[in-house]
Amino acid sequence: MTAAAIANEKLDVPAAAVPRKLAAPRVAAAPAAEPVPKQPRVPLGRRLEPVLKAVIPPVLGIALLIGIWHLATLKSTSLPGPEKVWVEAVRLFSDPFYQNGPNDQGIGWNVLSSLRRVAIGFGFAALVGIPLGFLIGRFVFLNRMVEPIISLLRPVSPLAWLPIGLLVFQKADPAATWTIFICSIWPMIINTAVGVQRVPQDYMNVARVLALSEWKIVTRILFPAVLPYMITGIRLSIGTAWLVIVAAEMLTGGVGIGFWVWDEWNNLKVESIVIAIFVIGIVGLLLEQALLLLARRFNYQ
Amino acid sequence: MARMVQIEKVGVTFETKKGPFVALRDIDLTVEEGEVVSLIGHSGCGKSTLLNLIAGLNKPSEGVLLCNGREIAGPGPERAVVFQNHSLLPWLTCFDNVYLAVERVFGRKEGKDKLKARTRAALAMVHMSHAEQKYPNEISGGMKQRVGIARAFAMEPRILLMDEPFGALDALTRASLQDELMGVMEQTGATVVMVTHDVDEAVLLSDRIVMMTNGPAATIGEILEVELPWPRDRLKLAHDPKFVDYRAALLEFLYQKQLKKAA
Repeated sequence: MTAAAIANEKLDVPAAAVPRKLAAPRVAAAPAAEPVPKQPRVPLGRRLEPVLKAVIPPVLGIALLIGIWHLATLKSTSLPGPEKVWVEAVRLFSDPFYQNGPNDQGIGWNVLSSLRRVAIGFGFAALVGIPLGFLIGRFVFLNRMVEPIISLLRPVSPLAWLPIGLLVFQKADPAATWTIFICSIWPMIINTAVGVQRVPQDYMNVARVLALSEWKIVTRILFPAVLPYMITGIRLSIGTAWLVIVAAEMLTGGVGIGFWVWDEWNNLKVESIVIAIFVIGIVGLLLEQALLLLARRFNYQ
Repeated sequence: MARMVQIEKVGVTFETKKGPFVALRDIDLTVEEGEVVSLIGHSGCGKSTLLNLIAGLNKPSEGVLLCNGREIAGPGPERAVVFQNHSLLPWLTCFDNVYLAVERVFGRKEGKDKLKARTRAALAMVHMSHAEQKYPNEISGGMKQRVGIARAFAMEPRILLMDEPFGALDALTRASLQDELMGVMEQTGATVVMVTHDVDEAVLLSDRIVMMTNGPAATIGEILEVELPWPRDRLKLAHDPKFVDYRAALLEFLYQKQLKKAA
């Protein structure tokens, strides 16, 4: 044990505890050369335990997936194995933002233009859907009026709306955005309306006793009370939108991850398609996690 | 003393699927200014319904309720309510919860500094200054109810309505909040109508106790005048023969005359 380590130990441990420390010098002796950590009493192994418990199962799962994939593609000539895809992925991501004309752009641009379409379509859906949800939740008559329409249109695949979009907008890009709009709007209307209907009566009684103005009721009571429901609606909407955009872009073309999948299929570059599947999955996961974080921030319970 | 609340021939009938249900009938009661009145009775006797009538949250089917000589048409901040489950808004800090009420009542006449000072004073009165910036889910049930009481008192209401304010609290917390409430009532000289099912609480806090008969079609059974001098001390009162008598009278009413048939 170096003199520095001993000095550090003495600073850390109250005088009464010194004899116990001498009896068990093993803990202090371990990090002899480096400066002693502030709390050396918990062994490193035990501190890492929760981390390892959290990390090992998912890592094993992914390793298993890659293993099965490797075995399944060992004899195949058409389906690429993990190594081939990895090499291709390294090549693709070394230059994700190149531009060789409108039909040949880096994967980064493709992902970004898909995200842009989702953002625009979703943004319009939020602009229409959230106020509509508030109105439907607040007024029973309106709710009964709109309910059959929503029940009728909600189960329709958003892609069925694509031709209508193409007809109305005469262009591929707004038609894809329109499809996103249609699929995003239902969860937002429904969740906002349910949130408004479920505002606890206690809070409304507070508003009544205080005789708050309608503006204060909306900003101080309704909006914050409905926010968690709204965020759930947003999360469902964005999830669906990200599912739909790939299909919509396959049909409309242009720049976008869905189009890129179709293009690479036409070039018979199957490695790229596998990479696209991973990219789509990871982006979807990130969107979901970001919104879950947001939801946690506004959970008051 | 001026009459703060007058209740004349009030009845409440709810329309249900099985036909009309008479909850309350023939209620006549006057609450004087500065008086503390408790409503006590078995659950389902309509005591909360009666309180909600005074609050204006419910409307009577028959009869009329007056506050300060004017008919009660709906809820209003001059009749502040302390709800049983505190009803603090969870997205506002304790300070902002009280401030919302203060701003509503005094916002037109007073500047922000004055409103903030009122809010702080109300929280200080219930000894919650340390938790001004905390959110309701960060403090205990008793503390939440303290903030609820501060919110009601901060509005300087003509009358304070409390619906089993300490019903959800444990016995020790309840006692300390009752003591605190007595202190605040003495400072402000407030008029209070309180619903309770706790015999000790009723005797300790009230000038008059209104005993209600069992529902359906509940009404006022007896009224007990509590002639104990203020300020009251729970320890000294525990052996006071008058206190013991009042307590016995209540118990007799609740468990002999109005014994629940089902129980």
